[in-house]
Amino acid sequence: MEQSSQLESFGRALVELGREREDIVVLDPDVASSTKTTYFAESFPSRFVRVGISEQDMLGIASGLAAAGKTPIAVGFAMFIIGRGWEQIANSIARQRLDAKIVGTHAGLSPHADGESHQMYGDVALMRTIPNMRVVVPGDAPSAVEALRAALEYRGPVYIRLMRGSTPTIYGEDIEFEMGRANVLREGSDATVIANGIMLSRALTAAEKLIGEGIDVRVIDMHTVKPLDTGAIEKTAKETGAIVTAEEHSIIGGLGSAVAETLAETAPTPMERIGIRDRFGESSRSYPELLAHVGLTPEAIAEAVHRVIERR
Amino acid sequence: MNLITYGEASDFSGVELTELGRFITDLTAGEEPSLLGTMVQTTAGLKPLGSVLKGLRQRVLRMVAEAGSGHLGASLSVIDVLTVLYFVRMRHDPSNPDWEGRDRLVLSKGHAAPALYAVLAEAGYFPPGELNSLRKLGGLLQGHPENTIPGVDASTGSLGQGLSIAVGMALAAKMDEATHKVYAIIGDGELNEGQIWEAALTAGHHGLDNLVAVVDRNQFQLTGRTEETKALEPIGEKWRSFGWEVIEADGNDPSSILDALDVCALTEGKPSVIIASTTKGKGVSFMEGNKFSKAVPDASELARALAELA
Repeated sequence: MEQSSQLESFGRALVELGREREDIVVLDPDVASSTKTTYFAESFPSRFVRVGISEQDMLGIASGLAAAGKTPIAVGFAMFIIGRGWEQIANSIARQRLDAKIVGTHAGLSPHADGESHQMYGDVALMRTIPNMRVVVPGDAPSAVEALRAALEYRGPVYIRLMRGSTPTIYGEDIEFEMGRANVLREGSDATVIANGIMLSRALTAAEKLIGEGIDVRVIDMHTVKPLDTGAIEKTAKETGAIVTAEEHSIIGGLGSAVAETLAETAPTPMERIGIRDRFGESSRSYPELLAHVGLTPEAIAEAVHRVIERR
Repeated sequence: MNLITYGEASDFSGVELTELGRFITDLTAGEEPSLLGTMVQTTAGLKPLGSVLKGLRQRVLRMVAEAGSGHLGASLSVIDVLTVLYFVRMRHDPSNPDWEGRDRLVLSKGHAAPALYAVLAEAGYFPPGELNSLRKLGGLLQGHPENTIPGVDASTGSLGQGLSIAVGMALAAKMDEATHKVYAIIGDGELNEGQIWEAALTAGHHGLDNLVAVVDRNQFQLTGRTEETKALEPIGEKWRSFGWEVIEADGNDPSSILDALDVCALTEGKPSVIIASTTKGKGVSFMEGNKFSKAVPDASELARALAELA
């Protein structure tokens, strides 16, 4: 698969959208060169707020800007903007249902070299628990741009989770993206892999591999974890009878949990979860190496498909 | 006629109103002018500020007694500041709470909600009868301020967050070249929160002269004296070093509060903070200075308190 950078595409799209909409204000907690909001800053300096290294203040300022009719987009590393800022997001933004967008970059293990202080895999869980909040985890660069567009078309708080670095490009120019509606990327009848983020491309690789073993797997991009497309989950559970989830997030509280909650209540189905199994991360000089180290590989997904089919 | 809504932003109409008020006081009393005699517009017509304040303190006492919980001491210490702002200084229109040109107020010390609610009702944002709904399931008035309540500009209650919200509002006004002001009311104990100082740095850096913070310096936080918990003094020097204009005032004296606000209105190129010295539980002798250990007065205590304010 071709590679592209979510942040590069996101940063360029911000400029385009900034040109279309004068109400957009971008806030930066001193990481603009890493998050690629520098492009917006260069194009619209008067609508770019350098807050300094203070995520809590930034989120409060976003609240005030939104209350005054602006559409603030606060962009920072997921660990700090979400981890440190959870309560500000809940109390100052979501509680008032303000039209503010929060973008967590360098999510999951993607800041591989920095180590566990920077690696955030609880952000989806944290954001899911906040009422009024929407949670989107795009799997590649084109869908990151679409997620941003969709978030801006929606009036209310949205969290978009992005990775650093180059990752496989899944979607072409014909991409269709609707917040809250899952995309079936590959048809199949033996089992379904529901994935998002970096694990989406890995699910597709696993599906290719499984074909050779005579197993025809459906792959669904569940880019929106909240509101969850429960209809798509129930439908695929009935049609394929076996579900594997794959996410670059703790297995506690993320996509796997959300899917399990739905299945348990409405369509009990054998299920396996691929994710980070309740452990901290660590430094690695290579992102794929670190993903493999914690078991986030196409092979691990394929094995889980075998296991879940046996349990059916 | 509505004395609350008037003028363009740059003409400091509040000052004129004050002078008018002092003039009226001179005529009627023939004594030294006092802001307490100034007639202000309430939902029930023109009343002297002093009697408005007594009535608001009574309301706060009744509300908290009726609700069975709430922060009386902190509400009574800050109510003079809120009253001078809403009845003398701020440009706002109770019949049009979403008016874009209005001055904004963020009650960062959201636990003083009963005081804010009483003031907003008296100004005409919602019927005074709603005050009975404080902390009641399904009621309009939540335990801490919600922006769904007419007149409330920001939801607060989690200490430390309101100043950042006010900074965001002030930045937006600068971007739009709007002339309204943003007021943030902060508790002194709240200054323990790190986010306050993040926001103070931001406001100083941006020179937000459309932002006024008021610190309700009542000397007490939940577990005791502020200076015995995490010493704050010298408070003024801290703010000054963060790039703010610092004004000291007697936060329970309307004239002193208004004089301080006049200084803020004339300050250019930097944000202003009023360190408002107040007394917790102000206006009820047996509650003043954190003496009243109970959260809620019983029937006889309520009657005694109301009698003192009659």
